[in-house]
Amino acid sequence: MSALVKSSLARKWVMALSGLFLVIFLTQHFVINITSVIAPDTFNEWSHFMGYNPLVQFVAQPILIGGLIVHFVMGIVLDIQNRKARPIKYAKFSGNSNSQWVSRNMIITGLVVLAFLGLHMYDFWVHEMTVKYIDVQPEDATRYLPELKEKFVSPVRVGIYVVSFVLLALHLWHGFNSSFQSMGAKAINKGDGLRKATYAWSVLIPAGFIFIALYHHFTH
Amino acid sequence: MKLTLKIWRQAGPEAKGKMVTYPLDGVDGDMSFLEMMDILNEELVNKGEEPVEFDHDCREGICGSCNMMINGQPHGPQKLTTTCQLHMRKFNDGDTITIEPWRAAAFPVIKDLIVDRSSFDRIQQAGAYVSVNTSGNTQDANSIPVEKEKADEAFHSATCIGCGACVAACKNASAMLFTSAKVSQYALLPQGEVEATKRVQDMVRQMDIEGFGNCTNTGACMIECPKGIKLENIARMNREYLKAETVS
Repeated sequence: MSALVKSSLARKWVMALSGLFLVIFLTQHFVINITSVIAPDTFNEWSHFMGYNPLVQFVAQPILIGGLIVHFVMGIVLDIQNRKARPIKYAKFSGNSNSQWVSRNMIITGLVVLAFLGLHMYDFWVHEMTVKYIDVQPEDATRYLPELKEKFVSPVRVGIYVVSFVLLALHLWHGFNSSFQSMGAKAINKGDGLRKATYAWSVLIPAGFIFIALYHHFTH
Repeated sequence: MKLTLKIWRQAGPEAKGKMVTYPLDGVDGDMSFLEMMDILNEELVNKGEEPVEFDHDCREGICGSCNMMINGQPHGPQKLTTTCQLHMRKFNDGDTITIEPWRAAAFPVIKDLIVDRSSFDRIQQAGAYVSVNTSGNTQDANSIPVEKEKADEAFHSATCIGCGACVAACKNASAMLFTSAKVSQYALLPQGEVEATKRVQDMVRQMDIEGFGNCTNTGACMIECPKGIKLENIARMNREYLKAETVS
C-alpha cells in the first residue's frame, strides 16, 4: 500500500478522483445557478440554505476546498515532474499531428481557471464571509439574486467570466474523459458512448454558466 | 531529390550537442530513410568527416532499433511505420528534414542519434516474464484453453517492439504505453495470472525509478506507435496496479 501512495499511477488516481469530485460540484453549482434565470425565488431559497446550513458550511465546504487544493497542487507537481523527464527539448516537435492541443496544455488552462477562482472567491465567498462573520448583517433570504445581478453589471467582469469558462470547457474536454482512463475504466475504450457523454457535458455546463452571466448582464 | 538535413550531432554522452545542417543531393524516392542516411554517411566519410551515428538492425520494422525523431514525429510522418520502413517518396524535392534522437531523461544520448534504451530492458526484467519449471515436465502452453478474444489482445500487446516511440512522442516522456503493453501481454493469459500482482507492482516501480514522466492521456503514444499498441493497455495496467496494491 505504501508503494501505491508513492507511485506515478497513484498520482493519476488522485488527479482523476479529485477532478471527478470537482465535476460533481460544478454540476451542483450549475443546477443552483440556473434557477437564478428560471426560478429566482428558488435561487434565493437554495442560496440561503447553502450559505447557512452547518453541514454545507462546516463539512461540505472544507471538503470542496480540500479537493480543489489537492487537484491544483497535484497538477502543478505532475507538470514539474514531467518537465524534468525531458530536460532537453526537441528542436522540432509536431504535437498537433498526434494529440489535441488541450490535452498537452492542461497546465495552462488549469492555471487560468485557478486565477479565475481567485476572482470568483473574491466576488462571492469573501463577500459571504464578510456579511456573516466580520461586518455581520441580519439574515436576508432575498439578497442573493440582486447581489448576483450586481456582479454581472460590469462588461469587463462578464468578459473575464466568459473567457474563463471557455478555458474551463477546454480543460474539462480532456480532463473529464481522461479521468476514466486514469482509473482504468473499461468503458472509456469500449465504444465511444462515455467519451461523447463527457465531451457533451464539458461543453454544455460551461456554456450554461456563460449563458447565466450574459443573461444577468443584459437583463440588469 | 535534393534535401537539406538538419541533424543532431553529439560526440558522446557528456558532450554538448548541436544541430548541424547538411545538403544532400541524388536522393531517390524509392530509397528507405536509412539508405538516405547511408548515402549521407558515405559522403561524410569520403570528405574525412565523422559519419552520423544511428541505430539500426533488421531494417524490416521488427527490431525497434532505428529510432529517429523526423520533423518532430517519431519514425517520421507515416503512421504504423518504423524509420527503416519509411521511404523517401514521403518527402518532396527541396524539403528540409530535421532529425533528432529520442529526448527523455531515461533515454540518455550515447552519440548523435543513438540513445541508451536499457531503461526499457530493466522494466522488462522487473516482471515481464512467466516463471516456468524447466525440468522437462513443463506443461505445453497450447494445452491451456485461452479465449480467442483474449489471446488476440495478448498477441497484439506482445507486438510492441520496444522502440521507444511512445516515450519520444509523449510530451511528458512517459513510458506507460510500453510498460502497459508488457504487463497486458501476460495479464490477459492464464499463464500470467499467477505472478500478475508482483509483475505489475515491480514493473511500475521500475518505470518510476527510471525517471519517465507521468501519463496525462494525450494519446500521442498510440498514434505514433509503429505497431499500433492501444491505450486500452494503459487502462488495463491502471486497473491491475490498483487491484495489486489494494487487494494483495
